[in-house]
Amino acid sequence: MEQRLGLEASIAIAEVVCRCDVDIVAAYPITPQTHVVEHLSELVADGELDAAFVPVESEHSAMSVCCGTAAVGARTFTSTAAQGLALMHEILFIASALRLPIVMAVANRSLSGPISIWNDHSDVMTERDVGWVQIFAENAQEAADLTIWSFRLAEDRRVSLPVMVNFDGFILTHTIEPMLMPDKEMVQAFLPPWEPLLKLDVDEPISMGPVGIPDIYTETKQVQQHLLTQAYGPIVETLNEFAQHFKRTYKPIETYRSDDAEVLLCTMGALSETAMEVVDRRRKQGQKVGLVRIRLWRPFPFEDLYRAVGNVPVLGVMDRAISFGGPVGPVASEIKAAFYHREQRPKIVEFIAGLGGRDVPLSDFGRMFDSLYTTGETGKIPAPTIIGLRE
Amino acid sequence: MEGMNVFAARLFPKDNRFVSGHRACQGCAEVLAVRLIHQILGRNTMVASATGCMEIISSSYPDTAWSIPWIHVAFENAAAVASGIEAGLQILMKKGRMPKRKINVVGMAGDGGTADIGIQALSGALERGHDMIYICYDNEAYMNTGVQRSSSTPYGASTTTSPAGKISIGQQTWKKNVTMIAAAHNIPYVATASPSYPFDLAEKVRKAAKVKGPAYLHVYSACPTGWRLDPKLAITIGRLAVQTGAFPLYEIENGKLKISVKTPKLRPLQDYTKPQGRFRHLDDATIAEIEKRLFEEYQKLERREGLIF
Ligand SMILES: Cc1ncc(C[n+]2csc(CCOP(=O)(O)OP(=O)(O)O)c2C)c(N)n1
Ligand code: SF4
Ligand SMILES: [Mg+2]
Repeated sequence: MEQRLGLEASIAIAEVVCRCDVDIVAAYPITPQTHVVEHLSELVADGELDAAFVPVESEHSAMSVCCGTAAVGARTFTSTAAQGLALMHEILFIASALRLPIVMAVANRSLSGPISIWNDHSDVMTERDVGWVQIFAENAQEAADLTIWSFRLAEDRRVSLPVMVNFDGFILTHTIEPMLMPDKEMVQAFLPPWEPLLKLDVDEPISMGPVGIPDIYTETKQVQQHLLTQAYGPIVETLNEFAQHFKRTYKPIETYRSDDAEVLLCTMGALSETAMEVVDRRRKQGQKVGLVRIRLWRPFPFEDLYRAVGNVPVLGVMDRAISFGGPVGPVASEIKAAFYHREQRPKIVEFIAGLGGRDVPLSDFGRMFDSLYTTGETGKIPAPTIIGLRE
Repeated sequence: MEGMNVFAARLFPKDNRFVSGHRACQGCAEVLAVRLIHQILGRNTMVASATGCMEIISSSYPDTAWSIPWIHVAFENAAAVASGIEAGLQILMKKGRMPKRKINVVGMAGDGGTADIGIQALSGALERGHDMIYICYDNEAYMNTGVQRSSSTPYGASTTTSPAGKISIGQQTWKKNVTMIAAAHNIPYVATASPSYPFDLAEKVRKAAKVKGPAYLHVYSACPTGWRLDPKLAITIGRLAVQTGAFPLYEIENGKLKISVKTPKLRPLQDYTKPQGRFRHLDDATIAEIEKRLFEEYQKLERREGLIF
């Protein structure tokens, strides 16, 4: 059964984590993630969630504790943002190499400096290569649904990898939205108890995390690459099962009014919802614009991207982070690389928007679509542009 | 010593959970301590190891010297990982997902992994009160990476990053007292120990395993390679360390300090420094200065004996 509620994405995530019957929450507070861990602490304190809340002294220890708890077979959840995620960096690689199915909600926030508590994607973009499954939510419903799904996927024996659910700081973490909250029975019918393939067990001792000498290191990396790429199959399969069970469908890449589009804009995360509004308005004015919304970021869904983009001549990519001194937009650079060897490839225009909580109003999306049309008309691809920059 | 062997046979369980075939140097007393400790702890034990000599020499894939569950995650987080194992086991037992039984959870690291880079994770784990044993194997430098100084390196020791030179005596700071830092967390059991005193070590490991809550063991671990010491002196040097006051053995049980090996008259420090290349450059004046400090430190311990703090 599901109940219609008005909830912040933070509270919604905490509530579903409770329904997932996690054993361990180990986390350290950081804005804008705080409501997640505060609410989970309350649920534990009230006895609603039968779990141990481990109040660690840092995010580095949060992820380290998670490695220990998952290694003994305890269902483990954590959450962080920005500086906290950066502090975990070292251990994120190890969690995936050890194949520990930890689920982490990242309340996306900009990285210091200057210190900024507000939203962008610079935190997660810095962690692209840590070997985790990475997914983005657009609203509170998705944030909650994808969290439930993450445990199911992470614990799938074909996958057995950690999963990061990204949800935008403040835009989602602190905004109350209407959503459907499934009850415990419904969640647990979708998510059976975890049966680890391997764990620390005194009856069947194993050594985890041994030294990888040059004879073996390359092979371990090949296995990781293989596993994460092959996780695509189970991802689609479990998302379909989720859809059957909860009647809400999620795909690795979503489109919006893209079928007959003249230009497309690629977005990720909560700002996609603003972009959809602009698409509707432009369509009313007769402009055939559409969206490609990336939900699954790792493993990168190449084929879904090609299908979504189709034969459109101009594709804009809106990045929420900068790769300094490099290809500017991290998402755009990956999308360009994805199309490089294709016969049919669009002109790709890079936009950077919404850094450190800078508002991206409807008019900014309008500017992006205008630029895409200009590119189509002139055939000239503009240099990457920071949208909404104050002169 | 003969009598001791008979006793040792009774004292040390035969079941060896840290097996031979590892890659430690000849005469390594750190690995000896690891083996002795795990003989005492036995099969119902899980270990989280920090990066460092003991991890490198014991786990070169596909080999492993560990026949108990063992995990290595990183350098600075052994205490955090061990605390996670403990928290995980506790909740799984509470929820009936695994049979209830006593499992010793051990976090282990070198002096670098404990006194320096890992001290925050250690403090966090001790403060949270996990039922675990944390063991620092103190060989007084970062041996795994080539004998660099740590904050546990003794004053005057020459290491690769505190080298003795024309204008330097080597390490210019006094050894950090991590044992007392651990004790300041008001945990039920804290002790220093040494494989040169195996029965004392065994007793302390037993106590550490028995108490409810965190226990901290700081174990002297002679490193012939890093100390430029004849490997056959590795045990002797540990005894000299106690007799000269360089590494006193004591325990703090529920806040009460007891010196384990009483040394009413400390031996001249030269007996300890002479066999070790890392101290060979020290002149008599510096040795005297260190001796004075060690004497004062030992007196402090004596004054604290029996007091609750
Ligand atoms: C974050 C990080 N910094 C540095 C290192 C390199 N490193 C590995 S082991 C080690 C020193 C280990 O010294 P200690 O903890 O005293 O153990 P020992 O090898 O002496 O037993 C260092 C510096 C690392 N692995 N990780
Ligand atoms: S370097 Fe020292 S501590 Fe490391 S294995 Fe060799 S003797 Fe043991
Ligand atoms: Mg050391």
